[in-house]
Amino acid sequence: MHPALSIALLPTDASAHGRALDQHLLLNLWIIAALATLAHLILLIGLFAKRNATPRHLWAIEYLPLALLATLFATLGIRAERLWAATRYTGASHEAMQVEATGLQFAWYFRYPGPDATFGITRPQLADASTGNPVGIDPTDPHSTDDIVASELVLPVNREVDLALRAQDVIHGFAVPELRLKQNAIPGETIHIHFTPTAPGTYAILCTQLCGLGHYRMSANLRVLPPEDFQAWLKKKQEAAHQ
Amino acid sequence: MTHLFSTDHRTIGRQYLTLALIAVITGTLLSLLMRTHLVWPSWKLPLHGSILPEDYLSLVTLHGTIMLFFVLTTAPQSGFGNLILPSQIGAQHMAFPRLNAFSFWLTALAFAVLLSSPFVYEGAAISGWTAYPPLSAIPSAGPGQGLGMDLWLASIAIFSIASTINSINTLVTIIRLRCKGMTWDRLPLTVWGWFTAALLSVLAFSVLLAALLLLFCDRHAGTAFFIPPGDQVSGVIHAAGHPGNGSPLLWLHLFWFFGHPEVYIAILPGMGLTSMVLANFSRRPVVAYRLMIATTLAIGVLGILLWGHHMFVAGLNPFASTAFSITTLVIALPASAKVLSWIATIWRSRPHYTTAMLFSLGFVSLFITGGLSGPILAQPILDEYLHNTFFVVAHFHLIMAMAGVFSLFAATYYWFPLISRGRLLSERLGRWHFWLTLYGAYNTFFPMHFTGLAGEPRHYAQLTQIPNAAGHLLAATLPLNLHITTSAFILAASQLIFLVNLVRSFRHGEATPANPWQATTLEWYPCFNLPTEPLMAHRPPCQYIVTASGDESFLPQWIEDASVDIKSIKRE
Repeated sequence: MHPALSIALLPTDASAHGRALDQHLLLNLWIIAALATLAHLILLIGLFAKRNATPRHLWAIEYLPLALLATLFATLGIRAERLWAATRYTGASHEAMQVEATGLQFAWYFRYPGPDATFGITRPQLADASTGNPVGIDPTDPHSTDDIVASELVLPVNREVDLALRAQDVIHGFAVPELRLKQNAIPGETIHIHFTPTAPGTYAILCTQLCGLGHYRMSANLRVLPPEDFQAWLKKKQEAAHQ
Repeated sequence: MTHLFSTDHRTIGRQYLTLALIAVITGTLLSLLMRTHLVWPSWKLPLHGSILPEDYLSLVTLHGTIMLFFVLTTAPQSGFGNLILPSQIGAQHMAFPRLNAFSFWLTALAFAVLLSSPFVYEGAAISGWTAYPPLSAIPSAGPGQGLGMDLWLASIAIFSIASTINSINTLVTIIRLRCKGMTWDRLPLTVWGWFTAALLSVLAFSVLLAALLLLFCDRHAGTAFFIPPGDQVSGVIHAAGHPGNGSPLLWLHLFWFFGHPEVYIAILPGMGLTSMVLANFSRRPVVAYRLMIATTLAIGVLGILLWGHHMFVAGLNPFASTAFSITTLVIALPASAKVLSWIATIWRSRPHYTTAMLFSLGFVSLFITGGLSGPILAQPILDEYLHNTFFVVAHFHLIMAMAGVFSLFAATYYWFPLISRGRLLSERLGRWHFWLTLYGAYNTFFPMHFTGLAGEPRHYAQLTQIPNAAGHLLAATLPLNLHITTSAFILAASQLIFLVNLVRSFRHGEATPANPWQATTLEWYPCFNLPTEPLMAHRPPCQYIVTASGDESFLPQWIEDASVDIKSIKRE
């Protein structure tokens, strides 16, 4: 294989829903590759075969292939909708870990609710990265005192995550290719997505919605850790926050 | 001066095509700068210096805007539409000749306004051709969001007005000025393409114009259609000056209600032309002619019902995504029906491989290759991975940009005698042009599927020196990106052959008899000036007879008596 083509493969998958998504994507890619090849073959045969004037039956060249294509697209569509419904029609379970991601020009910030399991109120007028409060947490709210803000997303492996996505200024796109995740963050709205990371490692968080001149460097790391390492990281963060 | 401000539809058609040619050259050069910067980020542009991230994004924005509006909308719909449509339906002129000239000069003004935007303080708009707010709504959100963005808005608003006027003109011309005998089911499929595209234009551009006005009000009149309360940009709360409860999602709905029909506006006339050219050079009637009319209209209707497939991961209700996924998958069927008809039309015929025929076959190939990734992107769960990656760039460049441009090339080679008053483009140069362009098109845009699958997002000014794990992910795409950039240069360089061919053939091209391709539609009525007596259509287009001994004859729409010796016509 040409070295340049070796990247044709998808990045490794590190999420619970990714396996089914990959299988469905690869199935689709094989089917369209086959259809494209077949169509080109028929085109070439049609051009180079000796001509004849046999009457063409409309049902055989139009309606029959159309019916087959309709069945194919319906099948793929239904398969895809089942996967989409499984990840998007319902929210996370009650046991899922709560994390909030906020996008702003040109960084991602991640907030953990702390031991009280409740996020403190945020106010846009308080948001100021230079004072160490980039997401605008209101210190007078009692729920806010144990909140932790980090510039990397650290998660324990094999635990469902309920991620609340926000944007402070313009639309950003939260994407983790290795976790097969993508969702725009819209200013003025909080959008929840849920997923379960399944393999420890460090993965790229990208911005995938054009957000200004620093768009290309608006990235962060997602570190997926074994549960005990995650607890240790959280504890260290909490201690640092209360010094 | 009288020539410059002519109200003759042929002159206006040529003016539109000249504008589109200038635009496509500009847009291509911009894309080469982008591709060069992506693989050699330290390369310095002469007289400018390094390409900064904001420069790159303004290149992206200008490239997309120019190509979509001033090439893919202007050339097929306004250019060839004006040049060919009236004669093709047996009319002497467009319904509103002076309005026609007015809409051309508005389009030219829109282009001039857009081209002026890089030269203002803080530069041209950098929000992409989709101009999503709040980035585009708040002048302090970064470079390019000041006067450059206002000029972008003004340019597209002027273009929308021009395009609406032109479409109304097209619709009235087709409805009112068809010659005697030109019934709806005898209309050439190109006319059906122009008709459907004009219907879509009137609907879509009016919505776009409304959206542009709302965005302009958000920027300068203190409204908040697209800005949510508490929106904070660079430490400043903008909602203070914008009381209200806006949402950027409203812009996405309005924009894509325009934006998706727009791609059909660009491609429908090309689909019609492909049907006619394939039939002409196969010496066959178009297979399933009435079904082709039905699928053209079906694509038009479905085309305005599926804008939400651009919004699967934009914050839309996931149930809505399911609905838009279904409408998007359904539009694959009329599109497939067209491909089947094209294949059936040429199936085991004896094709005449003229350059126009080659480009139409290339159109079919690119339409298949680019179109088949449509159903993939129509599935929200797959779009979740592929949205805004280069997989999408590959999809729409193959199907819209490349297939669209191939249909423009087919149109140029096919109709050139009508543009140049009786000269042909060189077929020898045309063949070189076709094969190199096909090679360049596939090698430039097909590999983008793979960099997209590998995770390369759109709109990234750089792929190197990116911090974090992202840098590692993006660096993997560099070898393939080098191949894409090299191919883009080959693709662009091949177009020099076309330009040479154009310039040479206008003066020194082979002089041709009045109907060199044995075409059957009325624009080829054997005289290069407008026929003085009213024309009449006597039969559907594309009526060919091939006898068992291989003798070909054809029955043009303008010949009254089928028993006349057809062979004598082509020597006129």
